[in-house]
Amino acid sequence: MSLLGRMNTILQAKASKVLDKAENPNETLDYSYERQLKLLQDVKRGLADLVTSKRRLQLQRDQLQQNLTRLDDQARQALGSNREDLARMALQRKAGIQQQLSSLDTQIQGLETQQQKLTDAEQRLQTKVETFRTTKEAIKAQYTASTAQVKISEAATGISEEMADVGLAVQRAQDKTEQMQARAAALDELTETGALEDLSGSGSDDIDRQLGHLASGTDLDRQLADLKAQLGTTEQKKLEE
Amino acid sequence: MVIVRISGTGQFEIDDAELKQLDTLDTKLTEALNAGDEDAFHRYLHEMIQSVLENGTPLPHDRVEPSQAILPPEDMSLEEARRFCTDEGLLEPLPA
Repeated sequence: MSLLGRMNTILQAKASKVLDKAENPNETLDYSYERQLKLLQDVKRGLADLVTSKRRLQLQRDQLQQNLTRLDDQARQALGSNREDLARMALQRKAGIQQQLSSLDTQIQGLETQQQKLTDAEQRLQTKVETFRTTKEAIKAQYTASTAQVKISEAATGISEEMADVGLAVQRAQDKTEQMQARAAALDELTETGALEDLSGSGSDDIDRQLGHLASGTDLDRQLADLKAQLGTTEQKKLEE
Repeated sequence: MVIVRISGTGQFEIDDAELKQLDTLDTKLTEALNAGDEDAFHRYLHEMIQSVLENGTPLPHDRVEPSQAILPPEDMSLEEARRFCTDEGLLEPLPA
């Protein structure tokens, strides 16, 4: 079967199975309407999850960006102290973080597209559900056994395809959200255990430490020089006396 | 005129000639899927969706009608399409 044929089968066939089982037409209509309202809730929940997941990735992006600034500062400081090796290390880590950042940007962009699609789907379904509700009440009001079954079938087939498609969109969005959450969790874990620091990232501590040593080393030299100078003066005075 | 749906995007009205064109592309798309040719798969899917977007008229939201043909979402991967074609249980059954 072709892919389009398969899509039709999946999105259209399942509704008819349920329709066939219906005994009381009015109950079928009401039940269908309840399902539609529930699906609208599912879409809203899916959207909320998507936004949460996106925020988390955005926070991680902010954090990585702060690391970039810090590494820049360190590289400058290291160069100022004539430690090109340290500066090089900082810049290498910066490159690693930049890679992570660009991949995060792509993921966030993907979630935004998904969010837009789901928002559109929600609005579309909302309108169609409202149309269905009006039709449903009209059918109930004019109910005669001979016509009801046909009308119910017409109304139900149209809305069921829409519901199946929105259901699919929600499911795909959830899959994507789960993937992103797993990714975000992995990134958090890497940052916490320091694995990312070794690999590419923000293992700035040893650079900081070395810069610190450098600073205290310079300070020590200066203090020694001061002391020597003082001693020199004292000895000079003694000689003069 | 017939109604087609781009899954995840919505329904459009297109003329019969356009539907024939989609059928031809569907055959190529399915061949690409079976051959596992990811590039060709995305190329044909993109072409089909663009063609509907450019030549079709969006169906008003308050019209509730079934579609003649349903196109997969554009971001569907080859892997996902393959699962779609084999796994009956991919979608939860939705009552009408």
